Amino acid sequence: MDEKGEVDGKLMPKFSSKQIKDFYESMYILRAFDKKAVSLQRQGRLGTYPQITGMEATQVGTALALQKADWMFPSFRESGAMIARGIPMSKILLYWGGDERGSQFAKDQFTFPISIPVGSQTTHAVGTAWGMKIKGHKKASLVYFGDGATSRGDFHEAMNFASVMKAPCVFICNNNQFAISTRPDKETASETFAQKAIAYGMEGVKVDGNDVFGVYKATQDALKKAYSGKGPTLIECYTYRMLDHTTSDDASRYRSKKEVDEWAKKDPIDRLRKYMEKKKLWTKDYEGKLYNKVQKMIEKEVEKMENITPPDVKDIFKYTYAEMDDELKEQMSKYG
Amino acid sequence: MAEMNMVEAVRHVLDQEMGRDKDVILYGEDIGKNGGVFRTTDGLQKKYGEKRVIDSPLAEVGIIGTAIGMAAYGLKPVVEIQFSGFAYAGLENLISHAARIRNRTRGMFTCPMVMRTPYGGGIRALEHHSESVESLYIHIPGLKVVIPSTPYEAKGLLASAIRDPDPVIFLEPKRVYRSIKEEVPSKSYTIPLGKCRIVQHGSDITVITWGAMLKYTMEALAKMDISAEVIDVRTLSPFDEKTVIDSVKKTGRAVIVQEAVKTLGFASEIIARINEKALLSLEAPVKRITAPDIIFPLFKLENEYLPGEEDIIKGIKEVLEF
Repeated sequence: MDEKGEVDGKLMPKFSSKQIKDFYESMYILRAFDKKAVSLQRQGRLGTYPQITGMEATQVGTALALQKADWMFPSFRESGAMIARGIPMSKILLYWGGDERGSQFAKDQFTFPISIPVGSQTTHAVGTAWGMKIKGHKKASLVYFGDGATSRGDFHEAMNFASVMKAPCVFICNNNQFAISTRPDKETASETFAQKAIAYGMEGVKVDGNDVFGVYKATQDALKKAYSGKGPTLIECYTYRMLDHTTSDDASRYRSKKEVDEWAKKDPIDRLRKYMEKKKLWTKDYEGKLYNKVQKMIEKEVEKMENITPPDVKDIFKYTYAEMDDELKEQMSKYG
Repeated sequence: MAEMNMVEAVRHVLDQEMGRDKDVILYGEDIGKNGGVFRTTDGLQKKYGEKRVIDSPLAEVGIIGTAIGMAAYGLKPVVEIQFSGFAYAGLENLISHAARIRNRTRGMFTCPMVMRTPYGGGIRALEHHSESVESLYIHIPGLKVVIPSTPYEAKGLLASAIRDPDPVIFLEPKRVYRSIKEEVPSKSYTIPLGKCRIVQHGSDITVITWGAMLKYTMEALAKMDISAEVIDVRTLSPFDEKTVIDSVKKTGRAVIVQEAVKTLGFASEIIARINEKALLSLEAPVKRITAPDIIFPLFKLENEYLPGEEDIIKGIKEVLEF
């Protein structure tokens, strides 16, 4: 799907109207959530927060392709993918509000906590996928990382391990053009990130990360391949980070407004809206109702996050090991 | 019951634990067909197949990182790092993830993995093959650190490490891999983590040590006509402080023998604990016998570097005669 919402009929998968609306609504929620999170941070109600605006199609397209039993390994920028997967927004906000309970997801959500050291989650995802294979489970793991992460050894060891072990793992490279301020051409001399797969004997795919249909299809194909025992895939989602790296960053130091404006024309949500309008799946009335619904939903989640009982300092001790030894008990006793 | 050295005891308990729990998976460099460079996994691939005893790529970040994901998935990876000096690339995964997954998710995910690795000097090895860096791991909350001193100990402690719900760093003192033989029961048994062992009771002085240094401490003591209480620490984290404190309160004197460099070695922590809880029982300052704070030399000077029998005898005498 291009910027005008035109699709290539030969490549377009069959999606039901409901599926298309799900894509749209999921992306819509993420954009509104992002806006809210930044505003909460500016008011001092959240700590540092990494924005997702502009990357909604990459996050939604990949997350919605997952089956319930698959495992997701997010980087710190996948708040959107996590929400699309069903992690409550209140949890995500709780995490960015400095509370470990924000990573205490339900067991049946199979979503790993955010990994802050860039790219370090890649080997974990491979280990889980390899475990699935050893156990004979027809499942897969999916791991997100950015363009910058591909410069790290973790990524290379993970790709190599996954390929050698034929682990059912899908690698999603969120190429949003920036590792904070550093551009892809300063991270790699490869023409694409996807081509890095070749060296590992793995299939590499590059998709327009702002085309939710394309991202979904590529992810679904990679997952099917993984379930059938044919091993891992690397998918490069070519997209753009429209906002700062985090709320502590000022992107105007290293990029022009003109460049951002050019990318704004490629917006993933706008193009799906155009497509839906043509298919009579979108009306102003629908949008108005959606707006009200989403605002209410987000307000409720913020309220839930802010009304949670304060964390117990003893939890820091309780979860260091399965059991506390006498020394830890003694140290904990000083906290009342 | 059979007489075994530590290599055989390790192999024997890995075999037993694999038989006991089908989720135990072994992998590392050259551990399959070759049986490991020290042969601690010899024959296990033949017995349990390539799905459970796996030759991994030569990649320490990958070995430790995948173990985290595999452990979180519910398996029990017991990975081997060929020599402890090669584990450093994997430290980020141990420090930033393995140790923290339980806390980070408030108990929803855990990381019950074991990293086994031969450590310490004394076998005329190459550079990076001889250091004692247990302190790196002890300093990380969330990790457990275990060092066996004999074949019997290795079997029981490794069984406990494998069954433990938290990540365990299991450091095998390779200097005594083959130089101690003792009776090891063929029946399965465990030795609880977090408990010191009183090797022998005594009243003149408490001598505290772990790993390969226990053997050399005992040899030194055999040449001295004193009543020493000897404590094998076994688990350095979590540390069984009580056994040490009770003993020092009784004897009033203590010496710690440590293969690692002096500064910030585990001996420093033991001295601090004695100061906190048994200072007024002391008849003499606590002494530590350690390697100097220098780079581990290549093997021509290795024996000069390592704390030896003479150092131990001299140190104990100094404390007794204070």
